[in-house]
Parts: sequence; C-alpha cells; structure tokens
Amino acid sequence: MKAVLTFWALHRGELAALLGQHVLLVATATLVAVALGVPLGIFAARRPRVAAPIVACANIVQTVPSLAMFGFLLPVPLVGGVGARAALVVLILYGLLPIVRTTIAGLRGIDPSIRDAGIAMGMTSGELLRQVELPLALPSIVAGVRVAAVVGVGSATIAAAIGAGGLGEYIYRGLSMVDTTVILAGAIPAALLALSVDGALLWLERQLSARRRTRSVRTALGAAAAVMVIVLISSGAASGRAHGAMVVGSKNFTEQLILGEVVAQSIEREGIPVQRRMNLGGTLICDRALLNGDIDAYVEYTGTALTAVFHQPIQPDSSTVFAAVRALYARTGRTLLPALGFNNTFAILVRGDEARSRRLQTIEDAARESSHWRAGFGYEFVGRPDGYPGLVAAYGLRFPQPPRVMDLTLSYRALASGQVDLIAGDATAGLIKALDLVQLEDNRHYFPPYDAAVVARAETLLRQPKARAALERLAGRISAADMRAMNYAADVEHQDITAIARTFLSRIH
Amino acid sequence: MPDPAIEFREVTFARPPALPVLDRFRLTVEAGEVVAMVGRSGAGKTTLLKLVNRLLLPQAGAVLVQGRDTRDWEPIQLRRRIGYVLQEVGLFPHMTVGGNVSVVPRLERWPPERVDRRVSELLELVGLNAQQFGPRWPDELSGGQRQRVGVARALAVDPPVLLMDEPFGALDPLTRAELHAEFRRIQSRVRKTVIIVTHDMGEAFALGDRVGVLDEGHLVTCDLPHRVAASNDIRVRRLLDALPSVPRAHTDAAAAEHPSESGRTASAPPGDGR
Repeated sequence: MKAVLTFWALHRGELAALLGQHVLLVATATLVAVALGVPLGIFAARRPRVAAPIVACANIVQTVPSLAMFGFLLPVPLVGGVGARAALVVLILYGLLPIVRTTIAGLRGIDPSIRDAGIAMGMTSGELLRQVELPLALPSIVAGVRVAAVVGVGSATIAAAIGAGGLGEYIYRGLSMVDTTVILAGAIPAALLALSVDGALLWLERQLSARRRTRSVRTALGAAAAVMVIVLISSGAASGRAHGAMVVGSKNFTEQLILGEVVAQSIEREGIPVQRRMNLGGTLICDRALLNGDIDAYVEYTGTALTAVFHQPIQPDSSTVFAAVRALYARTGRTLLPALGFNNTFAILVRGDEARSRRLQTIEDAARESSHWRAGFGYEFVGRPDGYPGLVAAYGLRFPQPPRVMDLTLSYRALASGQVDLIAGDATAGLIKALDLVQLEDNRHYFPPYDAAVVARAETLLRQPKARAALERLAGRISAADMRAMNYAADVEHQDITAIARTFLSRIH
Repeated sequence: MPDPAIEFREVTFARPPALPVLDRFRLTVEAGEVVAMVGRSGAGKTTLLKLVNRLLLPQAGAVLVQGRDTRDWEPIQLRRRIGYVLQEVGLFPHMTVGGNVSVVPRLERWPPERVDRRVSELLELVGLNAQQFGPRWPDELSGGQRQRVGVARALAVDPPVLLMDEPFGALDPLTRAELHAEFRRIQSRVRKTVIIVTHDMGEAFALGDRVGVLDEGHLVTCDLPHRVAASNDIRVRRLLDALPSVPRAHTDAAAAEHPSESGRTASAPPGDGR
C-alpha cells in the first residue's frame, strides 16, 4: 500500500489527468445514453410490441464482451478506430440497456388509476408524460442511470486498450510490467470512483423516491445536468488533436511502451509536440490505428508485419523479410523506417532448473519432454500463423492438453511458479533473467526474423522531415542487449519508463 | 326547454367476445341534477362514466353532452369541462394538495394569482383549511381528506358536469356519512350536473335526486329514491336486499336518516375523525 501511495505521489499530475479522462469518458457516455435511452424507453413503453425487440437488442449488445466490442468497432468509419471516440460509442451502447429497461419499468409501474385521472382531467399525452408519467418514473430511471454509470466506470478501464486513456492505462501498464503497485494505482481509484458514483446516484434516487420533491433536489438535478453539459462541451474542445502534434502509439507490453517512449522523445527533441497513445491492445489495433491516421507511428517487428498484418508466408532471411514488409507498407501509404537494431524473436522458454537438470538446449530437446508438459501462450501467439500451430508442426511437439491461453506478461510468472512448463515469450524480455528462465534455441529456424523498426504514415513523414530524420538516426542504435537492459530496468527494477527512455537517448546522442 | 346536460341515446358498448356491457342504454340527465346509478360489480357503471368524457366511444347510439355528440367534441376540451372523481382518488403522489387541485387550471394556463386564489377557494369549499392543507402531500392525508381533495380537484375550473366513480367506497361508514352531507352541502352551492355510480344502494339514496339501477347492461329503473325503494322489480329488490345497511323500503326511513347523519357531522371533530 505504501508503494501505491508513493507511486501516486510521484505521478500526481498523470494520475489527475487519467482520472479526469476517465470521469469525462463515463460522464459523456452516460449523458448520451440518457439522451438516447429515455426517449427510446418512452417509445417502447407505449408500444408493447416494439418493447420486446428493443430490449432484446440492448440485451445482446450487453452480452458482447467489451474488448470484443472494441474489436468490432475498429474498422467502422466515423465511430470506430482507436481513441476516446470509439470508447465512447462502446460505453454508450452498454449504458443504453439499463436506462431503456428502467424507463420502461418506471412508466409501466405507474398506478393505472393515476394515469386515468390525468387523462380524464383532459391532459394531452405530452402533458401526461411531462407532468405525471416522467416525474413518477424518475426514481426508476435514475436507478438505471446509476447502473449505467457504474458499469461505465468499469468498462472505461478496458477502453485503455484502444488508447482512450483513463485509469485503465495504469492497470494495463501494471499488467504488462507485472507490477502490482501500478495495477493498484489504477484499480483503486477506479473502484473508488465506481463507489462514489454509485453512492451519489443512490442518494439522488432516494431523494426522488421520497414523496417530498424539494426545491433543493430540483436545483441539484439541474446543477448536475449543467455540470455534465459543461464537461461535455469542454471535452469536445479537448479531444481534438493538438495542432501540428504527432501521435505515437505502442502495443501493450513493456518493450513496446519503452520503444514508444523512445520514439516519442526523439521526435520531441526536434521541437515537435507529441501526443502519446500507448498501450493499444495488440498488433491489429495498432495497424488499424496507423491506417486510419489515429496514430502516426509505432514500432513494429518485421516478422509480425509479414505474417500477422499482411498474411504472407514465413521467410527465414532477415533482409528479404525487411524488404518485403517495406514494400507492403509502402502500398498502403506507410513507410517502414530502417530497423532499430535488434531482433525480438519469440523465445521458447522453460524454467532454468528444469533446463539444467534435463540438459535442454534446443526446442527439439523440449519436444522429447512435451508429452508430460503443459504449455502456456499469449493470445496472439496461439492465433498467429507464425505462432503455435506452425511451431507444433515444425518440431512435432505433443502436449497432452491444449495450451493455456493467458496474458503474455502473466505467462512468465506462470512458468516461473510451475503452473505451466513452456511458454513463448519475447527474446528481449527483462523477466527472462529476473525469473531464471532459459531460452531454447530455434535450431530448425521456424521463427522468422522479428527486427524492430518504426513504421509511420508516409504523409506525416513528408510533412515532418525533422521527425523523419530523428527516427532514421535511431537506425541500428538499439542492440538486443540494450533492449533487454531497458526491459529489465522497467519490469524488474520498476524504473519509470519515461526516465528509462530519456537515459537511453542521452546515452546514444 | 334547453338541451339536457347529458343524454344516452340507445347506447350499446361491448368488449367482444363478452356480452354487451351496455345494451341500447337510454338515460337523460337534466342540468343541475344528481343521478346516482347503482349496480353490482361489472354491471357497466364505470363504462357509463367513461362514455360521457369520451374515454370510450359507443359502438352504436350516441352520448350527448350539452346537446353535442361526444364524437363531435374535441376530447381534451370535453374532458376539461367534466370533473371526474375516482374511487382510488388518483391524486398525483408527486404533487402537493395545492398542486393536485390546480392541475387543470394550470393546464388551462391561468395566471398564477388566479390559480392560488382558486385553490384556497376550493379547499375551503370542501372543508379543508387552505393554509394548512395546501402544502401537504397526498400520503399525509386521511382517506376522507383525500376524497375531499379529489372533489376539489374535479371542481377546479368550475366544470358544468361532475362524474363520480364510487367516490366514497373506500371510507369507513362514519367518514362516508360525513362526506355525503358535505357533498349535498357543496352541491347546493355549485349546482352541477352529476352522475354518481356506486354499488351501495344506501349511498345512492343519500346522494341522488334520482336513483338508477343498472343490471346486465340495461337500465331497470331511474326514478325518485322513494319510488325505487318501493319497486317490486326483482332486480331492484335483489340490490336492496343484498345490503344489510340499506334502510327498510320505506320512504320515511330513508328521509329520516338524513338529519341524524347531519347531526353526526356537526359534532364530529375536524379531520374526519382520524
């Protein structure tokens, strides 16, 4: 706990910014969900025949896991892509169901004799709605808003995966660094935020259910609405890209965060402002974001680009792969800059003690043991053409059970603690040394080369020649040893990533 | 002779596949008259009222309000000329007593001072202190007080017609008797055309200038109370005999009840004895 407090103290500004983003995201999404959901609920309550399909649709939306939803939205124009806008769309969709449902329930729950009285007194349907039905359904509607807002606070943490920012950024960063302190630094304020939103709206709900509708409550409602509108307008103003800034992205593991920071700082040294959109949830999200122009540059690995992005067959030669990928990127308006200097191949890892006692050196050696082993792999590795299926075929591995699929960074810990016996990690991971793991040699050259290189939008590079020059100066400057040392500094020594990148850049310049 | 206030001309109303709720129903109510309709549950009493304020339209025949077919009335306009008092009162729980009473005046966009003046006037009319009761909430009132508010609300824009659906059905006998007396007092001042429906013959005798008996969609009789009480029609006798509280079928007995009830009212403490 003390570590978390220290972390917060050190990152006060960042914490406040992330918290602000989080609140903004949830508040905006909830407000829009209310603006759409309440009229939809009113419409449905009056026409029972359409109520069922509307609720069913909202139900289905709710059952789609939020990460999958972000995935679906990636290629959708206007609303999709990465960043706060796509996150907003997902959160609004999630918020709709509870609000529609409680609006319907609130309206249907009104004593029919009260509605009859209103009609018999000569109220038009609009007057009945405004003066009788909505005021009576309000506590129920607020209950729905409360559910929507609390669910929103939770879902918004996942939105960090598509670069929407918020407290989820700490959670993802913590997960990728296997650093509980950082995870808690994001999770605790997110939980507190959820609790306080819940409490505040519960209070409002109680006030509204009470028979006395005092002036102060009405004032409070009005004030709350006004605050949300102001927040909304200011967010609209703030969400635009800063003029002339370049957006640098990264995937969601330590090495990518460091490389993203190295790229960002190199550009900043040229006096060009940089907006960071780190921690994007995977290769395809980054690729899509680059294609859409949501980000201008990120670091990709040639083998990954070849197989996962462009679906080309695996090739063993480093320079052939580089040339092929460079050409493929050029066709889609993107430039692959010269390689950074290290090859982050997949490292098939086993526990050090096991490797020594059984004299394991190559993956071939491991194939002998595989019949009584359990493997654990990251999500990407299991699905990629250059991943698990090909590896099994190339080496004749025979695991008795299908591999356990888990977060890449967690798989190092799972291996070290004996929950699995073989994983596919990154060759440059700092944790390999820290956890006493041994990399088995790919003696059949199954894995293609994974040379790290910056890929950027060609259009941006044309506009920013100084940025291009700065990035080209990084060519060949990051050795595998450098990368491993930086990963070690982040994952094991828990050094600040910004500082690691800064130290490194000062050293090579 | 001016048009009767309300006229049912051969009105048939049915909810298929059930038998008609009203079958070629005929009734004429003169302006300023109180007609109390008695019938058992499901005899079509509420339907009768809803046909007057156009919550329902007849399938055959016509309902005329002030000489005009309800089909030709603009429904909102018609309803604002007709006060409606329901059995469950239907007070809006989210509005104060004053707010409830002033609903229709506010719908009619009266200026606020006029609305306030009218609310005080109406609350005093139904025997409630305006200063004391105006800001109260419906759930702070006794059943009798709620009914008084319901009546005040129905009278708010001084509609010529008042419809009352089992208005005092849920009250204890003492409070009910008190409100019967109140109703007659108010009616003597405002002279509305009133249709009251009730399942209680005693209530009908206490309130109606004429008492009608409704049975299976037909109007069995509609006459002065003492003549109804003397009726030999089996359908009327059944209603009379079914209710032990109904006075014996003597004109004098029914008439003799009134002074004693009024006496009780006078001595009852304010607030309906709660």
